[in-house]
Amino acid sequence: MNQELSITINGTEHRLQVPSRTLLSQLLRDVLDLTGTHVGCDTSSCGACTVLVDGNATKSCTMFAVQADGCKVTTVEGLASNGDLHPIQEAFREKHGLQCGFCTPGMMITAVQILERNPSPSEAEIRSGLRGNLCRCTGYHNIVAAVQHAATISGGE
Amino acid sequence: MTTGVTDPFAYHAPATVREASQALSRYRGDAKLLAGGHSLIPMMKLRIASPQAIVDLRNIDDLKGISETDDGGLMIGSMTTYHELITSDLVNSKAQAISEAAAQVADTQVRNWGTIGGSLAHADPAGDLPAVAVALDFQIHASSARSDRTISCDRFFRGYLETALRANEVLTGVSCAASGDGSGSAYVKLANKASHYAIVGVAAAISIDAGGMCTAARIGITGAGPHAVRSRRAERILVGKELTSNVIARAAQRGGAELAGLFNDDVHASAEYREAMTKVYTERAIALAMERASG
Repeated sequence: MNQELSITINGTEHRLQVPSRTLLSQLLRDVLDLTGTHVGCDTSSCGACTVLVDGNATKSCTMFAVQADGCKVTTVEGLASNGDLHPIQEAFREKHGLQCGFCTPGMMITAVQILERNPSPSEAEIRSGLRGNLCRCTGYHNIVAAVQHAATISGGE
Repeated sequence: MTTGVTDPFAYHAPATVREASQALSRYRGDAKLLAGGHSLIPMMKLRIASPQAIVDLRNIDDLKGISETDDGGLMIGSMTTYHELITSDLVNSKAQAISEAAAQVADTQVRNWGTIGGSLAHADPAGDLPAVAVALDFQIHASSARSDRTISCDRFFRGYLETALRANEVLTGVSCAASGDGSGSAYVKLANKASHYAIVGVAAAISIDAGGMCTAARIGITGAGPHAVRSRRAERILVGKELTSNVIARAAQRGGAELAGLFNDDVHASAEYREAMTKVYTERAIALAMERASG
């Protein structure tokens, strides 16, 4: 039961035929080789697979690829532009916002959403915004510091 | 290539409610409607659901949007997401319990996709919106290819994951009255620490007159039993009285009395604990709704 879809990923349009049951996370990782998007729990709990779909942070393990037909998707590979790190990437590097790194792509994508909706979030708002992203290393302290730093270098108060 | 984490299915994304209903009829009960997908897809991964076909509602414009009705009430399309409910000035000003409940659902990512229609039609016993539907007296609009009808929230929730919707019906939207001067609503919940599902969630809508008398009260409870219920026995104690802390405490003691013998008992909480917490959260919901009604 193949389905045609047209999807723009990190600015590149793809026209594909995939089985309708293909998850967006599978399309990204297994079909398009964009393995920066990680799959942790596969039960929409951990948030490692978070990508932006038309600007909305989305757990790509809980969406069929066909649902994203006609949509613009941004993965962690699409954050940097022309070799320059995105402010959120710069901030995660600067504040050591990662330990093992597995949750990092999802954390950064969700953080992009948090700052897009609220350029100067409080610590409580950052923690609440990241509730759908789990860090098994429990490295939340520096992750939160990284998001705060990203807000500062992006011009939020 | 990819491995199948769900069984295969045919995918349809029609542009009208009529076509969606026709697809449901064509598959004779073996098709599932997809709204945000955040309950359905996990169920499909677990093979609790293995529909022959998925009918995705995302292209149906008639199911989207929030508007004010002629009589000043609210009309909310079934595909309205939690995020849209939380950020809607109209919803915040007219029916605060709706946005308050939506803000307590799961996490940012889930709230970007989960919808009010999906929540009600799925009727998860621990879903948040069903309690609000009961307290705010939602009128639930459903359409098939042949007819449209409106179902009162009092007759909508039938059992565990079971509603009054027919197999070929699409939930198109909900409407409710606005809370005006002297009325207020609230939703409070005891959330499971990991999943954020309601162990117990209580919504209350309270109206008081200029003399401080309670003129109307509705209380909806979720999480505690097999489906969202209305606690008429608690409401009865409130109506016609001044809502002193004593009166509220007495009403709260009757909160969830309708669920005697039916309280959920599972790994998350015992029946005794849920019964006790239902009373605690009923008291908090009434007090908060009353505070808003007075303000």
